[in-house]
Amino acid sequence: MNYMLLIYENEANWLTMAPETQGKIFGDYMTFTDSIRASGHFVAGDPLQATNTATTVRVRDGETMTTDGPFAETREQLGGYYLIQAADLDEAIAIAARIPGALAGSIEIRPIQPMHGAD
Amino acid sequence: MNPDAPGPLRTDLALERIVRQESGRVLATLIGLLGDFDRAEEAFQDACTIALTTWPTTGVPVNPRAWLISTARHKALDHLRREKVLSTKLEAVARETPVHTDPVEDLAGDESWPDERLRLIFTCCHPALAPETQVALTLRTVCGLSADEIARAFMTPLATLQQRIVRAKAKIRAAGIPYRIPEPAELPERLDTVLAVVYLVFNEGYAATTGDALVRRELCGEAIRLGRLLAAHLADRHERRAVHGLLALMLLHDARRDAREAPDGLPVLLEAQDRSRWNRRKIAEGLWLVETALNAGPPDAYALEAAIAAVHARAERAEATDWPQIAELYRVLLRTRPSPVVELNRAVAVAMAEGPEAGLALLDQLEETGALADYHLLPAARADLLRRLGRSNEAAAAYRKALDLARLEPERRFLTGRLAELA
Repeated sequence: MNYMLLIYENEANWLTMAPETQGKIFGDYMTFTDSIRASGHFVAGDPLQATNTATTVRVRDGETMTTDGPFAETREQLGGYYLIQAADLDEAIAIAARIPGALAGSIEIRPIQPMHGAD
Repeated sequence: MNPDAPGPLRTDLALERIVRQESGRVLATLIGLLGDFDRAEEAFQDACTIALTTWPTTGVPVNPRAWLISTARHKALDHLRREKVLSTKLEAVARETPVHTDPVEDLAGDESWPDERLRLIFTCCHPALAPETQVALTLRTVCGLSADEIARAFMTPLATLQQRIVRAKAKIRAAGIPYRIPEPAELPERLDTVLAVVYLVFNEGYAATTGDALVRRELCGEAIRLGRLLAAHLADRHERRAVHGLLALMLLHDARRDAREAPDGLPVLLEAQDRSRWNRRKIAEGLWLVETALNAGPPDAYALEAAIAAVHARAERAEATDWPQIAELYRVLLRTRPSPVVELNRAVAVAMAEGPEAGLALLDQLEETGALADYHLLPAARADLLRRLGRSNEAAAAYRKALDLARLEPERRFLTGRLAELA
């Protein structure tokens, strides 16, 4: 099964962090990504730029409305994701727990909905 | 006469009882076989319908469980063929016949496929499911209780409960919650959840004073059975001591079942119970288990609660109860698992060990925290201590306060009786 691991963290923490600490976390992410590539779990994954770069768009009655900012203001923000392949939820949980962001933030695990015929 | 031999015609009620007795284990096996709760339930329903229509003429099979599993398996195969499900899955189901492979794992004939039920417990109690869902799903699928019975036991509207089970099954399927016993590294955390569910099931059967008495008894029986199953599975692991503590706790409480309810339904306090009606066999087993749990290292909350129940069980008369030891055990329990209810119990034990004043002092502290403001047993405990000190007016006021808070009818009748005695 494929799972989306959504990394939620308070991005203010990251922005106020000492450069050496940022460097260490970056290194931890590289190590983690390499390890799930090697184990065959990795499908995709990227960090996202901060929510001050976010734009939200809605179409209502044929009219496109574009606003500045994320969909919802929350205490923790979506900061990145991994798309992984795992045997079951337990394996996905074990991988999610190894994401460096799990130490300070939270990882939401969402199974990918298989499209009909693609399963 | 061999009760398993194909019997003469039996009434529908008797047949239904047999089907029901087997339902938990048959369902567990089918879920394991099919890897899908809904398919398993559908197939099981089919098999039950066939059983109830054919058994009256053919007689009950020698092994009803094996018959139900095999019939349900065939029905599942039919369904899968009709739906043209992936051929690999079909082959897997067709190939795997559940066989009784390991006689060592057989628990006195009660568990023919213990692993299936164990896997199912760990699935139903997966931490990715909400706690109330874990309980409902375990009772429905592992223990085979009907949704209606579970709803009655937990005083939940039937529709809510059914919805909860439907959502849980959907999540298990969609999120890929596996159907397996956790790896050793995961076991301690996962076992905690399972034990919490077993404890809840037991408490619901034991503590509730309303609802169907038969269902409540069954809940306790199922909880104990699940405890035994876990203990047997964890035979060579140190996690077993947690199971032993819980199992001891359940057995020692369940041993008092017959003595704790008067014929009119009123609860009988521990001190007033006819101890000759306590179940000696359960007590003996409970005492042995609690020793095992306590000797295995620093005790956890289950072992401590079991140890408290063991002190009561050892006292031949209420007056012979070793209250100082109980008060001490509550003190340790309060450190292990702090809770206002434990504080309340400790205050009562201290009152018994050192006198009502010492208990009242602890109740005062507890009341100041405001933690149990809505809990009728707090004023009820205070009332009892005041009564023993001869402070009747204050006692009556406390009983009235308890009456305002008590909701269950037998408790209200009990408090009303105490109040009348004071006048």
